[in-house]
Amino acid sequence: MIRLVALATLASVAAISTAAAEEGQHLSSDQMAKAVKSDTITVPTPGELFAALSKAGKINWSAQYRAPIPVTYANRAQIALNLGGLIADGFIAVEAKDGQQVKNIGSDIMKLGKSLGVSEQLLSRGNSINEFAETNQWDTLQEELEATQNEVKSSMQSHADQDLVILVTLGGWIRGTQVVTGAIMKNYNETAAKVLREPALVHFMQSKLNAISPELRQEPLVKDVSEQLTGIEKLVTFPEGKVPTQEDVKKLNEAVGKLMTKIESKDSPK
Amino acid sequence: MKRCLRFFFLTVALSAIVILRADTDSEVSARKDALELAGAFGNDGFKIRDGHSCGVLKPHDHVLIGVNLYAGNQYWFSAGTAEPLKKVALAVYDETGKRMSTENFSEGDKAAAGFEPENSGQYFVSVDSVEDQEGSFCLVYSYK
Repeated sequence: MIRLVALATLASVAAISTAAAEEGQHLSSDQMAKAVKSDTITVPTPGELFAALSKAGKINWSAQYRAPIPVTYANRAQIALNLGGLIADGFIAVEAKDGQQVKNIGSDIMKLGKSLGVSEQLLSRGNSINEFAETNQWDTLQEELEATQNEVKSSMQSHADQDLVILVTLGGWIRGTQVVTGAIMKNYNETAAKVLREPALVHFMQSKLNAISPELRQEPLVKDVSEQLTGIEKLVTFPEGKVPTQEDVKKLNEAVGKLMTKIESKDSPK
Repeated sequence: MKRCLRFFFLTVALSAIVILRADTDSEVSARKDALELAGAFGNDGFKIRDGHSCGVLKPHDHVLIGVNLYAGNQYWFSAGTAEPLKKVALAVYDETGKRMSTENFSEGDKAAAGFEPENSGQYFVSVDSVEDQEGSFCLVYSYK
């Protein structure tokens, strides 16, 4: 059915037209402030970030792997942050087309998910990830990882853990940014560096973080992440058209790296 | 096999509840249309992002949806509608509110806008009701 629809649509390709920006069509600040923003469409996935980076040149994705992280955290906020980071690791392994690494990360995602009580829903995802990794279905694996991330968040919402959702998102973004800045530092070029301009995205995540329960916000690790994020927002804020320099990339890499170390450390303040 | 898997994932995407409130039946129907259209761009290498934004449009009104895009990627925003809403138009604006040039596609109750940002950052996708009907819409996007 989908194929038929796709063919029918492609047959109508001639109907595609170019809409030039018309004079006088401008949004007001008030209109933009009222725009709908949500985790599911406003925050790009790690896959989108990595796709953009790949356009700038060949990336040695396997060089971006990190050592396995603990999967026995006791603190739920820390688990959520690390779950997001692990999902980003899954995207890196898919980019590297490394089936074994995908399976290893998939297994860790299941373990962390289990400690948050979302393992039942994730179990079938884990099996699918293994199957697709064994058969080198990379595009499908990427879709599966996105679906896994959404399923984790959906499960959190249904378990009244909605405050943890933004932490999963944040963990994924921090790890993704660590990887991207690391790759750009190794082989700087302006096209690649352009992907790092994300002030509104960080501002959005910060505003979501500010909206979580006061109890969770007061947890030392969450408080630390929130404070660091304010500084990171400045590091991803560049005027339109200005390309981040090598020094800018280095500063951002150091900031997110420092944060990632705290997030994955078993010694982090709880 | 690949087609079957794609269909499977579209089905999963349709059935997944990933937003805070449950979608209405008409929004689910609109999402199905949007995913079908987005699926067509998959033939050109575009991957559908597993996420959506659904809502209700009043006659001749519009809804703005904030997205964050990366320079280097190409995007197609696809919208589907549910009766009685029959026709929508899409436009993309940058963070200053300036309208961007897009490739536009429209067929029946579906519409799409293709965009390749020069700068990474925040953009706004406007879904406009171009007729007198009110009804549900759903927006998804694809990238490559």
